[in-house]
Amino acid sequence: MAVPEQLHRRDFLQKDNLVEIEDVAFGYGDRLVLKGINLTAKRGQVVAIMGSSGCGKTTLLRLIGGQITPREGVVRVAGESLGELNQRGLYRLRRKMGMLFQFGALFTDISVFDNVAFQLREHTDLPEDAIRDLVLMKLHAVGLRGAAQLMPAELSGGMARRVALARAIALEPSLVMYDEPFAGLDPISLGVTGNLIRRLTDTLGLTSLVVTHDVQESLKIVDYVYFVSEGVIVAEGTADDIRASNLPYVHQFVHGEADGPVPFHYPAPAYADDLRLGGRRA
Amino acid sequence: MLRRAIENLGHRTVEGVWRIGYAARFFVAILLHSGTAFRRFGLTIREIYFSGVLSLIIILVSGLFVGMVLGLQGYETLQTYGSEEALGILVALSLVRELGPVVAALLFASRAGSAITAEIGLMKATEQLSAMEMMAVDPIARVVAPRFWAGVISMPLLAALFSAMGIFGGYLVGVQLIGVDEGSFWSQMQSAVDFEQDVLNGVIKSVVFGIAITAIALYEGYDAAPTAEGVSGATTRTVVASSLAVLALDFVLTAFMFRGLN
Repeated sequence: MAVPEQLHRRDFLQKDNLVEIEDVAFGYGDRLVLKGINLTAKRGQVVAIMGSSGCGKTTLLRLIGGQITPREGVVRVAGESLGELNQRGLYRLRRKMGMLFQFGALFTDISVFDNVAFQLREHTDLPEDAIRDLVLMKLHAVGLRGAAQLMPAELSGGMARRVALARAIALEPSLVMYDEPFAGLDPISLGVTGNLIRRLTDTLGLTSLVVTHDVQESLKIVDYVYFVSEGVIVAEGTADDIRASNLPYVHQFVHGEADGPVPFHYPAPAYADDLRLGGRRA
Repeated sequence: MLRRAIENLGHRTVEGVWRIGYAARFFVAILLHSGTAFRRFGLTIREIYFSGVLSLIIILVSGLFVGMVLGLQGYETLQTYGSEEALGILVALSLVRELGPVVAALLFASRAGSAITAEIGLMKATEQLSAMEMMAVDPIARVVAPRFWAGVISMPLLAALFSAMGIFGGYLVGVQLIGVDEGSFWSQMQSAVDFEQDVLNGVIKSVVFGIAITAIALYEGYDAAPTAEGVSGATTRTVVASSLAVLALDFVLTAFMFRGLN
């Protein structure tokens, strides 16, 4: 059966896109958290999703991971529409994904080694010797081979995140998602984590999606940036585009200005009214 | 005012019904995903250690003291009627039929049930369950089902040990301390305790209690709000709800099992 020409063209155009989000809306109850989101992440790129706290960045990651379903629109990963997959299909697709949670989300009752070995033991029939070698290789990649026998409680925040990164790449996924990988890290760990994301993406040929509000650190390593504000994408471009942007929101965000389109004050009645200054005068 | 009260009532009713439905679906999901718990029995064994073996001290010590108290109180009462030789029957029947399954279940709820809820709740709060889902591993199959079956297996064993220790405690006080005839103590117990009516029914009770306690503990942990307050509230609810469930189920089961017995 002949394939329509339009379909060929669509495949050709999109074959480099590992993640595609088209006109996605998502909300809780009456409140829309995301609306009209269009986003793509090409293979081999580090793509950042930036925005202030609570703007819907993590929700976007959860949509891509299939943990929640959009109210409208389509989320496609590796050409597969998540909305059309059953649980088995979703789990099959997730084996090609890795996710680094904000605080690592390491399993606290097992060692660093067992954390990294977890997926290998669950999803492969590899002998324990092979698993040992693979785990040590992943830990070596993040610089923590010597910490293999430690328990998660014995790790610093930065180390825990690096172990979580080793765990996320254990099955050599096509896509790795990072939820606030820089939050709460000291300057050394910050640089180490940023470099690791870039290096692992290039070495392993991954696609990395980084949700962050750390502008300076992430602009050093990303290929493309999406800015999200109040549930919509307000700007996008390369790191240089973003640095040069004159859009008020982007400018405020990149330069860390206290006031601007994102107001310093949470919405409140007039200050004088709250202090009852009018009443005192009377 | 009245309208708001009615709205509140309606809201609470809908929420209550929703929670019951969710809990029922959760329980069915555990049963449907139990394959892993048996295929990889090592996971269940590990949980039996945490739920069962680590509860042994409290179960054995409590059983011993309950049996000793039964021996003392039973002797005082039986002596009035000149039938202190029946002390063995009193201690054994009390423990095997009622006190063994019920008290062991209450202790299990507070020791292991609360620990299960806190562990699952904290796993949720620290995104460990989400991480597992993102690693294409179903937390119901990998985390919940092995803990459920570990609880169901541990509970009758703990109840049996509780009863055994209780009988030993009754023997210590009745025979060794007070001086009841040892032969009468054991022979009357042997002739009066029926395996099917007493021992087996006690085992059935403890299995039912094990199912109830572990299911409640797992549900509360899985449904806990991912905050410190949420986990502490869920742990409290586990102890309260499972203790009440044990007592209510005990009444129902006793009514069915022992009606018509002399």
